Amino acid sequence: MLMAVGSLAAIGATLGAVLGVASRYLAVEGNPLEAELLDLLPGSQCGQCGFVGCGPAAAALAKSQAPVTLCRPGGKAVAEKLAKKLGVSVDLSGHRDEEHAVALINEDLCIGCLRCANECSSDAIVGGPKQMHTVIADHCHGCRHCFEICPTEAIAMHRVPVTVHDWHWHKPKSARRH
Amino acid sequence: MSGYQSDRRGPFTHAAVSVSRTMLTVVAALIPATLFNGWLFGWPAIFLFAVTVGACLAVEAGCLALQGKPVRPALNDGSALVTGWLLAMTLPPWAPWWIGALGAVFAICLAKHLYGGLGQNVFNPAMVARVALLVSFPVVMTAFVAPAPLFSAGAPGFLQSLHITFGAGYSLDSISAASALGFVKTELSRGVPVTQSINQIPDLFDMMTGYRPGSMGETAGWLILPGGLYLLWRRIISWHIPVMLTGTLFAVASLFHLIDPDRYSSGLFHLVSGATLLGAFFIATDYVTSPVSKPGQLVYGFGCGLLIWVIRSFAGYPEGMAFAVLLMNGMTPLIDHHFRPRTFGRTRKGEPLPVPVKRTP
Amino acid sequence: MKVFPVQGGVHLEYRKELTRDLAIEIMPAQRMLCVPLHQHVGAAAEPVVQSGQPVKKGQLLAAAVYGTLSAPIHAPTSGHVVDIINSLAPHPSGLTQKTILLRSDGKDTWGELPAPLEDPFSATSKEINSRVAAAGIVGLGGAAFPSAVKLNLRSGHTLDMLLLNGAECEPYLTCDDRVMQEHAAEVIDGARIMAHALQTDCIRVAIEENKPQAIKIMGEAGAPFGITVVPVPVRYPMGSAHHLVKAVTGRETPAHGRTASVGVLVHNVGTARAIHHAIRFGRPLISRVITISGGAMNRGLNIEVPLGTLVSDLIAHCGGFKDGRMPHRIISGGPMMGHALPGLDVPVVKGTCGILALTAEETNEQPAGPCIRCGACVSACPSGLVPLEMAAYIIHENLEAAGRSGVGDCISCGSCSYICPSHIPLMHYFEYANGRLRAQERERRKYEQIKQLAEARRARLERIALAKSEAAARKAKPAPTPTADTPDLKASA
Repeated sequence: MLMAVGSLAAIGATLGAVLGVASRYLAVEGNPLEAELLDLLPGSQCGQCGFVGCGPAAAALAKSQAPVTLCRPGGKAVAEKLAKKLGVSVDLSGHRDEEHAVALINEDLCIGCLRCANECSSDAIVGGPKQMHTVIADHCHGCRHCFEICPTEAIAMHRVPVTVHDWHWHKPKSARRH
Repeated sequence: MSGYQSDRRGPFTHAAVSVSRTMLTVVAALIPATLFNGWLFGWPAIFLFAVTVGACLAVEAGCLALQGKPVRPALNDGSALVTGWLLAMTLPPWAPWWIGALGAVFAICLAKHLYGGLGQNVFNPAMVARVALLVSFPVVMTAFVAPAPLFSAGAPGFLQSLHITFGAGYSLDSISAASALGFVKTELSRGVPVTQSINQIPDLFDMMTGYRPGSMGETAGWLILPGGLYLLWRRIISWHIPVMLTGTLFAVASLFHLIDPDRYSSGLFHLVSGATLLGAFFIATDYVTSPVSKPGQLVYGFGCGLLIWVIRSFAGYPEGMAFAVLLMNGMTPLIDHHFRPRTFGRTRKGEPLPVPVKRTP
Repeated sequence: MKVFPVQGGVHLEYRKELTRDLAIEIMPAQRMLCVPLHQHVGAAAEPVVQSGQPVKKGQLLAAAVYGTLSAPIHAPTSGHVVDIINSLAPHPSGLTQKTILLRSDGKDTWGELPAPLEDPFSATSKEINSRVAAAGIVGLGGAAFPSAVKLNLRSGHTLDMLLLNGAECEPYLTCDDRVMQEHAAEVIDGARIMAHALQTDCIRVAIEENKPQAIKIMGEAGAPFGITVVPVPVRYPMGSAHHLVKAVTGRETPAHGRTASVGVLVHNVGTARAIHHAIRFGRPLISRVITISGGAMNRGLNIEVPLGTLVSDLIAHCGGFKDGRMPHRIISGGPMMGHALPGLDVPVVKGTCGILALTAEETNEQPAGPCIRCGACVSACPSGLVPLEMAAYIIHENLEAAGRSGVGDCISCGSCSYICPSHIPLMHYFEYANGRLRAQERERRKYEQIKQLAEARRARLERIALAKSEAAARKAKPAPTPTADTPDLKASA
């Protein structure tokens, strides 16, 4: 009896000590999950999710305060990866990726106020004060910030048309299963 | 000008193959052995066969209807027919009707549809049913009868047969005979060496012609073997599993027979007895539950052959085909994972082949 | 000659007898031709003509984009440019592409062509390559990869063999077979010119054993120059460059590599003939031989067609469809790797090797059933993949796992789909997965770039803020706590 109590107590004490030492010396600074989630996000700091940038969004995801479908530009692919990393299941069958759109400046309406260029998080808008601005389509991530801030409504969002070269096959209709 | 988007990527030609064609070919290969054994074991066997196959089809239809899936295309593909047919062939020929009906529920409902239907099951449905019946009703499932061909002197008549299958049954003691494997095993446990007991059972020729007690469809090696060869010729199955299975069984059995003939039966005896041939060509080769790659099939066949011998020689049951196949079924995903073909232009590990630095013309 | 074994493959019903014995006819230029600017792998050509401009046959219509993979486009006949419009592409997407509309004047007068090379065998590789590039020649086997770029691969690899691909393993197609039979001397000459440019003297012609006539004629035509014909077994997809090289030389091209990395360059026999025309006569690539066949055609034929000819004109030329009924499928290319056309008003382009009108019996399309794991696709796959496993991943949208199990190594030969008893559209699943994986990769690269830009901007804004606060601090120099906020900023940066 005493033997059993003693040995169990000894095991408990030893393991407790090991855990105590480990928590002291093997402690991890910050939340590693947050960094891993941040890696999965596009990193364009567009703010479409409602957070200031991808960093705060990752922090919110790590604390389960935001849905994995929060990233609009990332679409289904990013949502799938986030769900996998967080170990949550998410039904994306109804999820449709928004068509990718880029900003386009109407040259007749642009007054060269530079507001859009200052707002753009990826420097996709070039132009000087009182000069016409233009959007580098390859650098635009479609966050619509410039679209919303333009005082003359010179900016429109244009969806990028699918061409013969980036078109790909749709998924075949599911096989009959029984 | 406008066009419509194509709904279908090619190819726009297709081999004249289908699941139902495959299944019906298997059925065709089984017909000679089935007819022979129907004659050999008489009306009770024919009734049991009809009940088993019919019950399988009915359970299949019921399961599909319950799941709200289309019944007709699935019934037409013939998979339930083959399952029922094979199950019937592994039952004792004079077993009562409820054995066949219960077997159908085990096979189609439990082993197939609970896993997700055709193609999704891990274990061979017919073998799951046979093993479940064997474990649940060991006496009935090992009550073999001596051959009593239709219209022969000792054979039961039509009405009497109805009574055997659907009625109160028959007195087991009066008619039961041991299968060769069972007899050898029992004798061995009584201390009679194999070399002696082997003389009291039908000789190898009778074993091959099928004139022996055994399950309904397994006895006629001389009809099962051509059926299997027919499947090979029609390329429904490949040689890998049957050859490896029978080869392993024969080799291991022969080796141990050489070492201790009193304890172990010969390789040839193992080949012609029990369900070896039926299992090698028709059961172990089941597409759904066997590996997909050729190297994987060799491993699988080897495993089946070895396990059959181990179970027959050391385990409590005289016959090990069903257990061996089920055990290897469980291994199939693992085998599939490890024995995959080498990708063109890559090493076995999946790295691209090294680019040769300099070639000499 | 020894042929090395190649894994996988399927035996098909070839149906080549429909057109095998029909000599190549010449199709006159139709009233209206639609010449797309993008008929090759790489960037679309840039038009150098304007609407209304008269053009002569062989005149440059659109120039290759300088510095990238591209190929020029020439006028298939004389006439004038009507317009440059977006017109339906011969592509399953049903999308349009930039196309030059050319109205023929019916005279078919040649423009000024570059003078033929006097003696190609004393010309330099560079001269030959630039001629081939200027003639707009691309691989005529179907891939439409600019040939000059391929001929330039000599610089990066040690080549010891030029392999002419006359396998023509797709069912129905007989155009390469006929070209070899009727124009063997031109094909051999083109091959010799290419071999000279590549500075190799080993030329082999691989032909499937089901073309005994072509094997005999090409053998005789090549013998004086030491060119040997290698009859290869009839087994689809023998015509895949990687598999053909394996069969002929035993060398296996590394994954995602080119056959040049194992010392062999593969060109289609039709390409060799086009190169002969370009070097000996200065003619650009403005027509090609195609096969028109299929059970739904009134008659099949092998025909040399001006590029840009509409499929509808072509079908009318062959006497229309059998019994005037619309066929079940109209395919561009062979039935295995070809695509269903989005309509009949699409042009023949450089990569079109056949137009097939197929009946429902020929295509044998059935609804897909469940996979019974029969393993037929595993045995059939020439790339050593496990199609059923990849398809299972793709059905459940697990593209990552499909990529890991090798869907990127799929050569889209369709053998698995062909042999599947459950009629599962395996190749369709793989093309879907590869398309999505490629799109994801493009997206990933784009966001990688945008991420860098965003970070650069953040750093710049911080630098500016820092500079401003330092300036402010300097101004307020005598103040008691001037440096208080500067280290803070640094820490936050």
